Amino acid sequence: MDRRKFLKQTLPAAGVIPGVVDGFPIRAFAAENGFIQAAMLPYVETDKVLVIVQLSGGNDGLNTVIPIDGYGNYLNARKNIAIPETGILRLDGVSKTGLHPSLKGFQQLYNEGRMNIIQAVGYPSPNFSHFRATDIWMSASDSNTVINNGWMGRYLDDQYPGFPTNYPSAQMPDPLAIQVGSITSLTCQGPAVSMGMSITDPTSFYNLVDNVEDPVPNNPMGRELSYLRQIARQTNKYTERIRQAALAVPTQGTYPANNSLAAQLKIVARLIKGGLKTRVYMVSFGGFDTHATQVVGTNTATGTHANLLNNVSSAVKAFMDDAKGLGIQDRVLGMTFSEFGRRIKSNASGGTDHGSAAPLFLFGKDVMGGLTGNNPTIAANVTVGENVPYQYDFRSVYASVLQQWFCVPDNTLQQIMLKNFQSLPLVNNSKCASVRPGSSFTNENVLVFNYPNPFTSSTKITFKTKGGHTLVQIMNASGHMVRVLIEKEYPDAGTHTVSFDGGYLAPGVYYVRLQNGQIQQVKGMLKVR
Amino acid sequence: MDRRSFLSLQPEAKKPALHAARTNTGLSKYTGAWTANEVQHLLKRTLFGSTKADIDMFTSLGLAASVNQLINYTSPLPAPPLNDYNSATITDPAVAPGATWVNNPTNDGTINGQRRSSFKKWWAGIMINQESNIREKMTLFWANLFGTESNEIANAHWVYNHHTLLRQNAVGNYRQLIKQVTIDPGMLRYLNGYINASTAPDENYARELQELFTLGKGPTVQYSEADVRAAAKVLTGWRINASFVSYFDPARHDTTPKQFSSYYGSKIITGKTGAAGAGETDELIDMIFLKDEVSKYICRRLYIWFVYYKIDAAAEQNVIEPLAKIFRDNGYEMKPVLRALFESQHFFDVLNQGCFIKSPVDNVISCLREFGVVFPTSYTNQYIMWNYIRNWYASMTQDVGDPPDVSGWPAYYQEPQFHEIWINSDTLPKRNRFTDTMITSGYSSSGQKIVIDAVAFIKKLNNPADPNKLIDEILQVIYRVPMSAATKQSIKQQILLSNQAEDHYWTDAWNIYIQNPSTANFNIVNNRLKILLQYFMNLPEYQLS
Repeated sequence: MDRRKFLKQTLPAAGVIPGVVDGFPIRAFAAENGFIQAAMLPYVETDKVLVIVQLSGGNDGLNTVIPIDGYGNYLNARKNIAIPETGILRLDGVSKTGLHPSLKGFQQLYNEGRMNIIQAVGYPSPNFSHFRATDIWMSASDSNTVINNGWMGRYLDDQYPGFPTNYPSAQMPDPLAIQVGSITSLTCQGPAVSMGMSITDPTSFYNLVDNVEDPVPNNPMGRELSYLRQIARQTNKYTERIRQAALAVPTQGTYPANNSLAAQLKIVARLIKGGLKTRVYMVSFGGFDTHATQVVGTNTATGTHANLLNNVSSAVKAFMDDAKGLGIQDRVLGMTFSEFGRRIKSNASGGTDHGSAAPLFLFGKDVMGGLTGNNPTIAANVTVGENVPYQYDFRSVYASVLQQWFCVPDNTLQQIMLKNFQSLPLVNNSKCASVRPGSSFTNENVLVFNYPNPFTSSTKITFKTKGGHTLVQIMNASGHMVRVLIEKEYPDAGTHTVSFDGGYLAPGVYYVRLQNGQIQQVKGMLKVR
Repeated sequence: MDRRSFLSLQPEAKKPALHAARTNTGLSKYTGAWTANEVQHLLKRTLFGSTKADIDMFTSLGLAASVNQLINYTSPLPAPPLNDYNSATITDPAVAPGATWVNNPTNDGTINGQRRSSFKKWWAGIMINQESNIREKMTLFWANLFGTESNEIANAHWVYNHHTLLRQNAVGNYRQLIKQVTIDPGMLRYLNGYINASTAPDENYARELQELFTLGKGPTVQYSEADVRAAAKVLTGWRINASFVSYFDPARHDTTPKQFSSYYGSKIITGKTGAAGAGETDELIDMIFLKDEVSKYICRRLYIWFVYYKIDAAAEQNVIEPLAKIFRDNGYEMKPVLRALFESQHFFDVLNQGCFIKSPVDNVISCLREFGVVFPTSYTNQYIMWNYIRNWYASMTQDVGDPPDVSGWPAYYQEPQFHEIWINSDTLPKRNRFTDTMITSGYSSSGQKIVIDAVAFIKKLNNPADPNKLIDEILQVIYRVPMSAATKQSIKQQILLSNQAEDHYWTDAWNIYIQNPSTANFNIVNNRLKILLQYFMNLPEYQLS
């Protein structure tokens, strides 16, 4: 037999990634080490689950959550891709902001009070590289610091110290985190080992459940490979738990076909309902790197980006409906993220280039429904390099979720998140201390401004603080932090003015960002010659 | 030492029935394609892992020159093991730390125990640093065939000398090797030869000599119990003196005639008195080697070691028989047999490729060598690292230097599973855990670390910037099992491209790192490469050779 014929017989026709891969083999540890786990003081028993939806490529936030107020400047900045004003989906009780027409599912969830839309989520000095930005979002590091573990990994490491030694345990017989549809993720990388387990794709999952073996060629190599796979499967205790959980759920709701995100979320719903004690699931959906033709020129509400958003919206809606039907909606909180948003100004190819801050969606029955934050300020004449400045640090979102959903206490929170981040009222878990929204949380009042504006050399920045931790930063239009003007604990509420000498700055758009507790506000400034 | 019963691990695995016959190819010279694929098939069977540089070199040599390179080596013997064991509680009275202990035999049990450990660590180091020839795989082949256990031999001096005998004669003359092993102190100690006296002959070695070392057991092998007893008598008189050297004591030798069965042509070895009695041993061995079965037995053992565990009727007729004839025609020289086997169509038959489950030592050492893991240079740190390594394959049930018994490791003889015995629900996770450890944190001790340097590894490949070629090149080094294009595409996208759709994201990241190897740029590529390599090593495909 010649090699070509041999290869034809050997290689599977389908693109199924072989098998279910464990994040870290666990069986070998459990038998050997008699070490008893330390007291589990930080441990919080909970049946709450977080579903993280990664949108890979950098989602164009401005066409996702669209300013109705200030629509003119929006249109002007991206004429060739702007969504027609009449097509924007309206949100109950919201006049200034709306959604891309594809997001009907999101609109419905919002109107039912089951979604919080957080505007302009980003971080200081954003990175525009997919790889680095993804790593930043997953590790929750500062932009200039490299951290080789993930925020979820650190949380799980806190809850399940010593993993994988002595796991699976009676208390936690299941994977700590499950990633569907991707091989691995920095998000679940703990300080020492990966805390998560991968189900590489839905086909592998269903093969596992239905006891279908990956095909092997009918020759000695195939025979040995089959044996190795069998042992690998027997060895993986989690595989059997997943199988049992899946088999405990005979029927589910309807999910849209030809939608890989829906396929992944369907598995997640099944495993949650099936009784796994896994707290974190990650799913991912790619294609958002829309540098060109993100819309159909003659009908900008359609096209590549519209299809992507449609898939996300319909998948998430189906998931939420299924969760309700299965009776698990009390347990589920979902969160989208993307490694960055996209440029305010569209390019000539009918697309957008890498940007910085963008909206993030939280969904779930117990989400505090609402729109968090304000429309990004868009100048009348936007230059090609300008980016949406962040209003909320994504790590605040993470911290809030950990605190309000998983009831992580403050001292642990700082350790997991590496720093203190402002807490935002995002979700209700009555078991955790709830964070009351500040009375002026979504206020229209100006909390920070500068005079004179425009300025040529120095300008006075006035800001209001309620007291407590107060941060005033200056950022340039690309989102890079230029100066920390003030970072201080004020004992009392008050208004303060500080002089900022910006004479050395190149002319252009700058932003002053105020952060004070749950409050933040960003205000544009213009430096001129 | 008494014979112990064989292990028989029987995990409940269902195997697909082997419908297709294996193959009818034989010893005709292989004249097909000579590409990296064929090279890797040859190297993965004959070496403990091969690097990219090896692949390139052997590809350029062609088949005949490659086989020549593998078996016609002139490398000197390695420097002997050292005293790495002096401590607060143990002091070797005769050997300074860092000096070799092989010339200072002792009866001290504690020191011997330390030296045996030193020997095993040193052996790991030899395999890690092996040159690109077949010597180390053949040394291990003989160690498995003779099944000598260092714990049983106990005296490290004999352990080392016996081992050196095997390495010196790795590709030499087999009949000569048998003659030397028979009177080697290590073997005399191991199978009781040194107390085999005429007053009450000990049949241990006499039996194993025939059953395990020369003729085997089977329907055509008809030596009798009487032959075993007669052989035992021939072998009486060999002893070990106080200087740890073997010698012949005529006073303990049985001088009666030794009658052998019709299987041996009813031969009588006349008993000889005095020093001439020693010559009966060679007569015995020469008598055994008159049987064609000896050549077939050894060729079958070589086949199982290098090709596959299943020898069906076609392989027996087309491969074993002609190989055995070459063996006999060449007076039991190993090289002609090895050359004929490795240049044959049968060896390169596609059905014989990728079907070999790597032994634990192969799995561990190959990983280190393929990825070019750098070891420390000072001996104390080396022995610490080698100790870490040898404990790994020992935990996977291959304690090199101490096989379970004189039959060697069951993977090479135990029906019906053979090499599948290496893989069970305890050992497979250990293999994964080893490769996971080596690709993530590595092992650190005394300020030194051994770890797989993923970036350094792929820098040696031709096209690290192209994610498709990168994956292909990596798999060429570490895999023998093909992977479908669709699967490689998915893996590339999910790991190298972080779910992006376009290849250039990896290319850009790699080129940016090359131009500016800052920590941040390094981490971007290194993190993805480590995940990629870890993933590949965790797939069952990685276990096949």
